[in-house]
Amino acid sequence: MILPKPRGELSAALFEALRSVPERTPPLPQFADDAADAALSLWVLHELSYRGFEDVDDEAEWDLVALGVRRTLERELEQRLRDRWPGNPAGGYDPDELLAFVEADDGPSLSSYIQKKATREETLELLRQRSVYHLKEADPSAWTVPRLPVRAQAALVELQFDEYGDGDPNRLHSHLFARGLDAEGLRSERGAYIDEATPETLEMNNAMSLFGLHRRLRGAAMGHLAAFEASSSLPSRKMAQGLERLGFNDQLVGYYTEHVEADAVHEQLAARDICGTLAEDDPGQADGIWFGAFTCLDLEARFARSMFERWGSQE
Amino acid sequence: MSGPPQHDHPDVVLCPGGPVLVRGAHTVQDADGQVHEVRRPVVALCRCAKSARLPFCDGTHKLLPEGARP
Repeated sequence: MILPKPRGELSAALFEALRSVPERTPPLPQFADDAADAALSLWVLHELSYRGFEDVDDEAEWDLVALGVRRTLERELEQRLRDRWPGNPAGGYDPDELLAFVEADDGPSLSSYIQKKATREETLELLRQRSVYHLKEADPSAWTVPRLPVRAQAALVELQFDEYGDGDPNRLHSHLFARGLDAEGLRSERGAYIDEATPETLEMNNAMSLFGLHRRLRGAAMGHLAAFEASSSLPSRKMAQGLERLGFNDQLVGYYTEHVEADAVHEQLAARDICGTLAEDDPGQADGIWFGAFTCLDLEARFARSMFERWGSQE
Repeated sequence: MSGPPQHDHPDVVLCPGGPVLVRGAHTVQDADGQVHEVRRPVVALCRCAKSARLPFCDGTHKLLPEGARP
């Protein structure tokens, strides 16, 4: 992947600076032009810790100027997310309360729309937006492994082993998605559609990287994972039915049917064995778990509303 | 001093209101006698009998009223 197209003064100056590493990087503008400029800049800075860019030296991941910008953007993002969070609804943490909280979520449903109403063009647009996440799928949660107490650590790896294909590269979830995209004639390389990623898509991905990359936010990372898994089984079935209705290829349909069964397991593991034991063994993380879970649903609701708005739908 | 603890790690776990998790199964026989291959380390088997992918859980229990859940 090469650096995406800049979307404002900050991303333009930042990408220029990243290309100049390991030469001395020039000072950068302090502020982004708008949400898209900020979100794209942070997405690129986080990406340096995943796979990087062909036109950026690997040194850039730890360049102090780049890290300074990253930290500023992360603080702003975290504050925005915290300002939206109404707080721990229960005090402490209980897995059944978390699962009930996710079940009670009545945010707008993209999967119901895809299942029954969406056009092929709208569905392709959704797949391109989702590809920003699905092509790295389990990676943001993997950062948290060394930061957990022993029981939560074992449980997270048990879940992640399945995400990463149970040892079979062909079943690795992000690879399943890539093959489905490819079979549909879509681009399947990481970041392929980053230039059309909406600010909501970028923010959703940035939040996961933020939670994953900061040990302080380990509870939020696992709470996000639990809410994500618990809001996946039924929607994945609807996605599969919608894709079948619209004549999408079997591999792409298969990606979603795989998630029906996998996430019925993962939601139990994440809510109980990961978050449940984390809250017991590291009680200071209970609020973080709820913050992450709320943020997951909130980001999805904001993303869904933005897509319905683009499509002029009254959902 | 008790040292690092020995943790419970059961092979079969009944989830309140949800599926039963089974660890380390390679095959599962459903109520019709058909045998299904299991490829994941933990599998969730349906307990509400309403799953569209029996014998596996597909999350359908969440659509049932509280009293009708396992």
